[in-house]
Amino acid sequence: MYEVIIGLEVHVELSTDSKIWCGCSTDFGAEANTQVCPVCLGLPGTLPVLNEKALEYAVKAGLALGCEIAHFTKFDRKNYFYPDLPKAYQISQYDLPLCRNGAVEFEVNGETRRVRIARVHLEEEAGKTVHSGDNIMGSEYSLVDYNRGGIPLIEIVTEPDIRSPEEARLFMEKLRTILLYTGVSDCKMQEGSLRCDANISLRPFGEAKLGERTEVKNLNSFRALQRALEYEVRRQSALLDAGEPVERDTRHWNEQQGVTISMRSKEDAQDYRYFPDPDLVPVTLTAEQIETWRSELPELPDQKAARFMEQFGLPKYDAQVLTASKEVAAFFEATVERFGEPKTVSNWVMGEILRLIKEMEIDIEQEPIPISPEGLAELLALVSKGTISNNVGKEVLETMFKTGKSAAEIVKEQGLEQISDTGELEALVDQVIAENPGPVEDVKSGKEKAIGFLVGQVMKASRGKANPQRVNEILRQRLLGS
Amino acid sequence: MELHALRAHQLRELLDKGEISSVELTKSLLARIEAVDPAIGAYLSVREKEALQEAEAADRRIREGRDVGPLTGIPVSVKDNISVDGSPTTCASKMLEHYISPYDATVVARLKAQGAPILGKLNLDEFAMGSSTETSALKLTRNPWDLERVPGGSSGGPAAAVAADTAVLALGSDTGGSIRQPAAFCGIVGLKPTYGRVSRYGLVAFASSLDQIGPMTKDVRDAALLLAAIAGHDPLDSTSIPGEVPDFAAELDKGVDGLVIGLPKEFFGEGIAPEVKDAVLAAVRVLEGLGAKVQEVSLPHARYALAAYHMIAPAEASSNLGRFDGVRFGHRAKEAEDVVTLFEKTRQEGFGLEVKRRIMLGTFALSAGYYDQYYLKALKVRTLIRQDFEKAFQQCDVLATPTAPTVAFRIGEKWENPLEMYQSDLLTAPANLAGIPAISIPCGLNGEGLPIGLQLLGPALGEGLLLRVAAAYEGATGGVESRPKPRLEVE
Repeated sequence: MYEVIIGLEVHVELSTDSKIWCGCSTDFGAEANTQVCPVCLGLPGTLPVLNEKALEYAVKAGLALGCEIAHFTKFDRKNYFYPDLPKAYQISQYDLPLCRNGAVEFEVNGETRRVRIARVHLEEEAGKTVHSGDNIMGSEYSLVDYNRGGIPLIEIVTEPDIRSPEEARLFMEKLRTILLYTGVSDCKMQEGSLRCDANISLRPFGEAKLGERTEVKNLNSFRALQRALEYEVRRQSALLDAGEPVERDTRHWNEQQGVTISMRSKEDAQDYRYFPDPDLVPVTLTAEQIETWRSELPELPDQKAARFMEQFGLPKYDAQVLTASKEVAAFFEATVERFGEPKTVSNWVMGEILRLIKEMEIDIEQEPIPISPEGLAELLALVSKGTISNNVGKEVLETMFKTGKSAAEIVKEQGLEQISDTGELEALVDQVIAENPGPVEDVKSGKEKAIGFLVGQVMKASRGKANPQRVNEILRQRLLGS
Repeated sequence: MELHALRAHQLRELLDKGEISSVELTKSLLARIEAVDPAIGAYLSVREKEALQEAEAADRRIREGRDVGPLTGIPVSVKDNISVDGSPTTCASKMLEHYISPYDATVVARLKAQGAPILGKLNLDEFAMGSSTETSALKLTRNPWDLERVPGGSSGGPAAAVAADTAVLALGSDTGGSIRQPAAFCGIVGLKPTYGRVSRYGLVAFASSLDQIGPMTKDVRDAALLLAAIAGHDPLDSTSIPGEVPDFAAELDKGVDGLVIGLPKEFFGEGIAPEVKDAVLAAVRVLEGLGAKVQEVSLPHARYALAAYHMIAPAEASSNLGRFDGVRFGHRAKEAEDVVTLFEKTRQEGFGLEVKRRIMLGTFALSAGYYDQYYLKALKVRTLIRQDFEKAFQQCDVLATPTAPTVAFRIGEKWENPLEMYQSDLLTAPANLAGIPAISIPCGLNGEGLPIGLQLLGPALGEGLLLRVAAAYEGATGGVESRPKPRLEVE
């Protein structure tokens, strides 16, 4: 058994309207090479001009991750040749990153883990290559789409504080939640606007020196991240067990085969010849500007969870589940505002609403939750007044999700009002007693459990509308005289 | 006098009075190009059709009295590393021989907006790397004063064209002396503005922290006019300086009485031809006669300028020229079996010797393990040089030096010896490192009848002051009319 040491490099596309150095659109999915101009194609003579919004978003991301923001920062050129890199250098940040020394906290099996953020820097996205074969060197031809080239990107680098593949996934999920709260990125892993590379090494427990590490790329989903790292743990463990060294290399995760494949060794490491980009002036940020941006940040997940516990008396678990999505948290809070009873609302949201969202495959980051907080509040009021039973309420909620109708409408249309009228209920009870002599005898002879069966029969006869509590009372009166 | 031989401010009067049209003027220049340029080789392409259309449009503007600026109707020729929409921008390289720019450089857009026809594109050292225009992969340009001599470089095309009257006004670019040295060699006026005074947007980058576009003209007044037309903040260039552009022409007649002219002793030492030194000191005496005070100053770190320049400029160039990879534009090697071979063959075939030499130098200077020793050290020297100039300008208003160590040398003379060729930048590169403005103006001929240049250097944003001193000297020496002109055999 070995101690697993993982550090992540996360790339996040910022959702500015235009690119970082020019005015081209950043919309996803446009026809190839239609969102380009002389600047982002790197035509001779063109120059970059910093999009202030990209700077603002990068600083806000840094602030949300608890980072210190640099008052003086600059851009550097990272030089290398690749067809998706029009200038043959990526404008990035080398020795003076915009943000440093942050941290992300998240729960692992009920315990709080803290992963330090070493740095967050701002850079530009490259274009996208598609190869006719497996990779660029083995292809008859490759195609390049420069629409993506020049979209602002932040790179978030963690310290090697992650101790398992599962932790790596949980960290990424929490990071994504935080970034989604700030609104600086849409964090869509399937579209590549959030992606990460992982550095992983193993060492015997108690050993102070780090083991040789490998870097794993192409981790396009939370699942891929965890699986690829689990594979690496197995692979490296087997090597160490056999007394063989782990080679430092860069590896590609192959999702189909479920293995990592070595792409290049340490010896192939490139010299990027970083130097300050003379086309851009250094950026100075005043404390005032940084504080203005900080004040514009919304309440972040951890703050919101703490407030939910404090203000609504929710258990920690509830608070964390509800705040894992800002849309769900907002829905919860708006419902409580109208209905009160936070724990009741929490139960409904965490149980029924999240279940329906999952079952109906609704992407709540992209589309609204199909019912409104007003709608849920109205439904909960009907349940609480006893107009409908709890179980009927759940059915009504599902119908609300699927039809968009209000709870009252559905209850009325389907005649779902709970029967609480004593006369009506007595008639139903008498009918059930007449039809079920056996269970009736059981009850009378002291087997009180049989009363549940009879209540069920009444509910069935009423098509679920009978008020079960009243039915129970009437049955007891009739059969036990109490 | 033929129209093509006149200066812009003279042509302005004739155009405004309706005595000539822009079309006539443009045609006169086109005819002159046809007659003379085969012998000179200044032009890489001539925009005959477009320039005439632009001249017609300018004539309409002048007739209707609508938006007539100082350069409306006066053709400008530009160095072929400055982008003109729809025209070739070759940088005199095989790499871009067939490249057509799809956009205008900011300077070109400003000239077009004023109604100045863009006459054609002028030869240069390949990617502006050289001091003789001999590294041009497309054409040999000759010095109009002696066809066996180089016009200087890298803006040899603009200098030769202005000297040969095939251009009224020209734009060059200056990274280490590329406007001033050819201006000196060809007996014209060349001004390198303060870094950031003129937008670099559309200038194909050689060394981004040193490059500046500037005017190359027949006299000082024209330089002021052309600079005014192109200067000023550009939102497309982050390094361009915000703020209003002064009225340079208004400075020209203020004289030099009371100004202090510094003579940096390091610029008159070893390696400077005696005839050049003598001519420059004679010019300084003229200024002294006009009331200027002359004082010796020292720029102790200037001796390291050339070494720092030849570290910084190639380093930036090695990165700037990465984009020429055969993927999107320009030369693309045929039959490359994979992408790495495509990159290698394209660059092997597309770049000339000097460009490759500088890319290798620069790549080395930026490499891991050498960065601190070379590039970073050069940046420190640069700071010291800037401070030297700041101190000097606390004592004096402008500095006067020779522009180049020698007069124009013979074609092929220095080709084999790059180190000797690099000496051409000795006196000009310091201004680029410091980002300060500098102008070269003709100050006489040597015994063989070859022009010598006087360089004046000023503090940042001191172009007005430089033009003022230059105009005073020009006026006192009888102006352009009294200056000898090159005698072209073809005439």
